[in-house]
Amino acid sequence: MAGSLTTEIVHGPPPPPTRNFGGGDGEPGGRGAHRRASMTGLLVLLAASVMLFAAFTSAFFVRRGMSNDWVDTPLPDILWINTAILVASSFAIELARRTLRSGKRAAFDRYWTAATILGVLFLGGQYLAWRQLNAAGFYLATNPSSSFFFLLTCTHAVHLLGGISALGYIEVQALLLRLGPGKRTAIDVSAYFWHFLDAIWIYLMALFFFWG
Amino acid sequence: MSSPVVHPAHHAPTGFIRRYIFSLDHKVIGIQYYFLAVFSVFLGMALSVLMRFHMVYPDAKVSLFEKLWPTGAPGGIMTPELYLSLMTMHGTIMVFFVLTTAPQSGFGNYFLPIQIGAEDMAFPVLNMLSFWTTFLALMVMVAAFFVPGGAPLAGWTAYPPLSAVGPLSGPGEGLGQTLWIISIAIFCGASLMGAINFIATTIDLRARGLSMMRLPLTCWSWFVTAILGLLGFAVLLAAGVLLLLDRLAGTSFFLPAGLLVNDQILNHKGGSPLLWQHLFWFFGHPEVYIAILPGMGVASQLLSTFSRKPIFGYRAMVYAILGIGFLGFFVWGHHMFMSGMNPYSAFAFSILTMSIGVPSAIKTFNWIGTLWGGRIQFTTAMLFALGFVSLFVTGGISGIFLGQPALDLYFHDTYFVVGHFHMIMGVAAIFGMFAGTFYWFPKVTGKFMNETLGKIHFYLTFIGVYCIFTPMHFLGIAGNPRRYADFTNFDFMGKLMPVHTFMTHAAIATMVVQFIFLFNLFWSIKKGKPAPSNPWNATTLEWTIPSPPPFDNFAGKHPVVNHGPYEYSVPGAPKDYIMQSDPA
Repeated sequence: MAGSLTTEIVHGPPPPPTRNFGGGDGEPGGRGAHRRASMTGLLVLLAASVMLFAAFTSAFFVRRGMSNDWVDTPLPDILWINTAILVASSFAIELARRTLRSGKRAAFDRYWTAATILGVLFLGGQYLAWRQLNAAGFYLATNPSSSFFFLLTCTHAVHLLGGISALGYIEVQALLLRLGPGKRTAIDVSAYFWHFLDAIWIYLMALFFFWG
Repeated sequence: MSSPVVHPAHHAPTGFIRRYIFSLDHKVIGIQYYFLAVFSVFLGMALSVLMRFHMVYPDAKVSLFEKLWPTGAPGGIMTPELYLSLMTMHGTIMVFFVLTTAPQSGFGNYFLPIQIGAEDMAFPVLNMLSFWTTFLALMVMVAAFFVPGGAPLAGWTAYPPLSAVGPLSGPGEGLGQTLWIISIAIFCGASLMGAINFIATTIDLRARGLSMMRLPLTCWSWFVTAILGLLGFAVLLAAGVLLLLDRLAGTSFFLPAGLLVNDQILNHKGGSPLLWQHLFWFFGHPEVYIAILPGMGVASQLLSTFSRKPIFGYRAMVYAILGIGFLGFFVWGHHMFMSGMNPYSAFAFSILTMSIGVPSAIKTFNWIGTLWGGRIQFTTAMLFALGFVSLFVTGGISGIFLGQPALDLYFHDTYFVVGHFHMIMGVAAIFGMFAGTFYWFPKVTGKFMNETLGKIHFYLTFIGVYCIFTPMHFLGIAGNPRRYADFTNFDFMGKLMPVHTFMTHAAIATMVVQFIFLFNLFWSIKKGKPAPSNPWNATTLEWTIPSPPPFDNFAGKHPVVNHGPYEYSVPGAPKDYIMQSDPA
């Protein structure tokens, strides 16, 4: 379609190709734009979350390095079970996403439900871990290590509540048979966020395990 | 080239509440933010005038003070504690609810989607939540005035231990300080929601042909500001949570062992007040650019439009915005030279701080280059943009002094710093808002603001702010400490007091002048001269649509962009401007 020499002479040269990222060349009104914007929005949200945990981490190391009142908090064993549960949940959600892509709706429902239930189980497990620590005499204000343990696990749990709400929303939509193609973005965004929470949890476990 | 007609993402609501209160329309939300900032700026200004009054007349008995603050001003005489709470609230309200909301969330919400050819922000519901969360934060902040003990004393920077030890350290340090922290935490959440919208909208909803390097500089500055807010406010939120836990849960993040407050030894141990300073200023320095970058964008836009010339060095301007934003995250230490910092660290922070002078100077140079040889139209909007450049230079130069540790050790706790940051962060940013108001008012309302009143307001304000803040530099050099409520008992201050009196009178006069603006704003909404859809012969997309804009901005069409944002006085063109959506 574009320019033979004569059209160029008549109409001037075609506009130079513009290099873009994101929009600017697409259709700002279409569903594609909305999907792209949702993904960008998710990335921005994750960046903010990373900054939050990074700020806590820097406080963690500054506080740990500067005083002699740091007493390592013993990690309750149940945390390892919780970790396994959360990783399993992440796998389940990824399986759900993939089965949906190949059109297997019933399998999607099963995997998604499993992921949601595992997420709730994780939160329950976290609660048990907190209770066990309390029973062993570790509270929020006991010493800086326990302060950071409760702070970071609670912050993660609050994030996780958000994730579970998203998962629950998709779950309800699925059970009501309302999962049209328009929900594909919501499914992907929720799943990526869920993986992110998984990664943050593994990071936190490493932090507690090595620097307690 | 015809654009396909598509249905708008959401339709114009009809009920009053969905239309004007809980509206999803980015334009309504922008106006809501704007008026939230107008309310806040007058409140903050009133507090500042009370402070100036007290400094000069510390023994004055004013029955109104006693009515307002029965415990803070017994017998009508302001206590030093009340002065500190006024200072804290003045700083907090101005920084968070004026400088952070109006230039970014106010103007940005209204004009970012229109300038990029979108029908709304990417996430309208989030946008609405963002405003109402900000509103809630403001309510919680103002509530601090009305709780037992009153508003907090710890300044807008809320340094521990003062901010962390509770009512023991003074009135306002009880519930007042707790509300302060909660309000800031809520505000952080609101900023995050705003940042998500601004970033996603800029990246993904631009019209066909609107490449990043064709974005108006206003959009660039809103985009980079959103990134700064995103990264900065998350860290402030973390710091706020730690501070709240120290206050309410007995943890020791910021409170050291053996702290003696009012003859009581506190039960905390091992924490570090400096940790707060690091976390706070990691947010706090980018916050300065959150306040000023949108003003820079507006100034660039206006200087180009009213000089009838392309902006000088568009790419350099973009890279300077990015450079300022990037470097802004590595200079927080220059707020802490006084803290006993290792001189090597101080040296590194100092060098990085100085290096911000480079992009700043590029911007100033390009603004002057834009004006050079232009056919300058001295509208009120242009005057305020020129005023912005003037204040930016004045305030920026004193920053070079303060960026050097050796000088900062002397200046830091003096009025020199007060003069510096009011010039560059306070007044310059507010001039950016005035400029934006006069420039975009015809688009928002379909009417002009009154130019005569506008010019009177500009000249009086311009002279007024220089009268208030220039003497502060001299006072600082003379050793006048800041944050003191009363200087009358110091011998060495005796000769300086007339300067304070002059500044106070200038402040009161400047405050009175602001009512001209307020009158002009509301009078023009009702009775302003009707404005055509492109009254300034400007090029960007907002001037292609009717004033006020229809609900979905482009009436269901998608504009196509063929030109850069500043094509003024192009040789051979039929008019002296080519709009971005004109055919190629």
